[in-house]
Amino acid sequence: MPRDVTLTVNGARVSVPEGAMVSTAVAMAGLMGFRKSVTGEPRAPLCGMGICFECRVTVNGRAHVRSCQVVCSDGMEVRTDG
Amino acid sequence: MADPIVVVGAGPAGLAAAARAAQSGARVVLLDDNPNPGGQIWRADSSKAPVGEAARWLQAAGNSAIERVNGARVVAAPAPSTLEIETFDGAREIRYSKLVLATGARERFLPFPGWTLPNVMGAGGLQALAKSGFPIAGKSVVVAGSGPLLLAVAQYLDTHGARVRLIAEQAEQSSITRFGLGLVRHPGKLIQAMGLRASLRPIPYMTGCWPTAAHGSGKLERVSLRRGAKTWDEPCDFLACGFGLVPNLELPLLLRCDLGETGVAVDEMQQASVTGVYAAGEVTGIGGLDLSLAEGEIAGYAAAGQPDRARALFSARASARRFAAALENAFALREELKALPWDETLVCRCEDVAFGRIRKFSGWREAKLQTRCGMGPCQGRVCGPALEFLLDWRTESVRPPVYPARIATLAGTSEPQPRS
Repeated sequence: MPRDVTLTVNGARVSVPEGAMVSTAVAMAGLMGFRKSVTGEPRAPLCGMGICFECRVTVNGRAHVRSCQVVCSDGMEVRTDG
Repeated sequence: MADPIVVVGAGPAGLAAAARAAQSGARVVLLDDNPNPGGQIWRADSSKAPVGEAARWLQAAGNSAIERVNGARVVAAPAPSTLEIETFDGAREIRYSKLVLATGARERFLPFPGWTLPNVMGAGGLQALAKSGFPIAGKSVVVAGSGPLLLAVAQYLDTHGARVRLIAEQAEQSSITRFGLGLVRHPGKLIQAMGLRASLRPIPYMTGCWPTAAHGSGKLERVSLRRGAKTWDEPCDFLACGFGLVPNLELPLLLRCDLGETGVAVDEMQQASVTGVYAAGEVTGIGGLDLSLAEGEIAGYAAAGQPDRARALFSARASARRFAAALENAFALREELKALPWDETLVCRCEDVAFGRIRKFSGWREAKLQTRCGMGPCQGRVCGPALEFLLDWRTESVRPPVYPARIATLAGTSEPQPRS
């Protein structure tokens, strides 16, 4: 079994298997919306492969990161605005 | 030292091209947007190692003559034979002697009321997320849309503990049966297709059936389905819905490659209209794994100056192309799907532009200027293929950056990263 990686999502600690993407951590944190659309709707991943940009979040202070394309690492800080 | 052969895309076609070029003595750089090689079909499963054909090609692409750069997206082509690439850490320019475009395909999504709700995802989309650890065990899922991918996705979700309620395939049974008969000429495919079905638990495979709306408060709760005159609601946690695949043409268009009927136009050596630029795999037209591998191998050999070795693969490519054509006919999208979006249904999810505002215009250019449709971060990658089907709008040109890029990248002020 792969070891676990621990990071925070909106300040809450989440553990995911090593190799998991940030999108997984956000889902496991129990958050439904990853971001708010320009008219305020909650949005979550659509394509899962870096095309749609619906899953974008802030990672270690960098905004607009596609959470489905970035592997989780220990101590990573993830923020959503959804 | 001469510039390397650069391969963009590390799915089956790109891996095959990189491996064959390296085996022919060339130096190769293999770029991919994803954190791991394999593309979508061989996307790494965080819980197990690759096996079989995937493992063989991934190993072949581990050749020491191949520099692999994962998590790299190509954002521009600032000068001849030069690509600008951006990674999580910064940007750099890379020069090539020959270029192989193996940018693959994405799912075609069609808008219907409620499709922007959280937990309405692509079919391949939910599978990709599940492979990266996204929790699906115990969740109930409706798989819908069109194409053989639905079967593979349903099987994957089922084996990983999801409860797949049904597969809604928009094509009619008669159309798929004709395709099934055609498979007899491709025995390997037939076994593969049957094996896939046989291993599924008894999941209803409903042909001539498609979703018309998704409902829920804050997230998906149920999906409305239609089959013939019958309509009903199916409760579920996830809707995994994709209407076939479309090639990723943004980079080929940026490089001014001519397009044909199905994707990038290529000659018998997989060379595009731009000399020294090759295209292989789904980007030349949706054709599946075997065709992608054959085209990739041909492109790799041709780019490395081994045309005789490339020619030896022509018959395998021709056979795979016949299969691809049969597939396309069997799963052609039905006209009724053009009535899926209501006027208030959002089509552009980046800028929240509804169908009623978009369809008043005669084409892309006017719609973009007046509504910002297609001008958000995805740059029309989602709404483009939808509007191509709904309104017959074709994307004609692409301007850099082909992905949203950081200002520092565009300004060329990123820290230069010396190449090893």
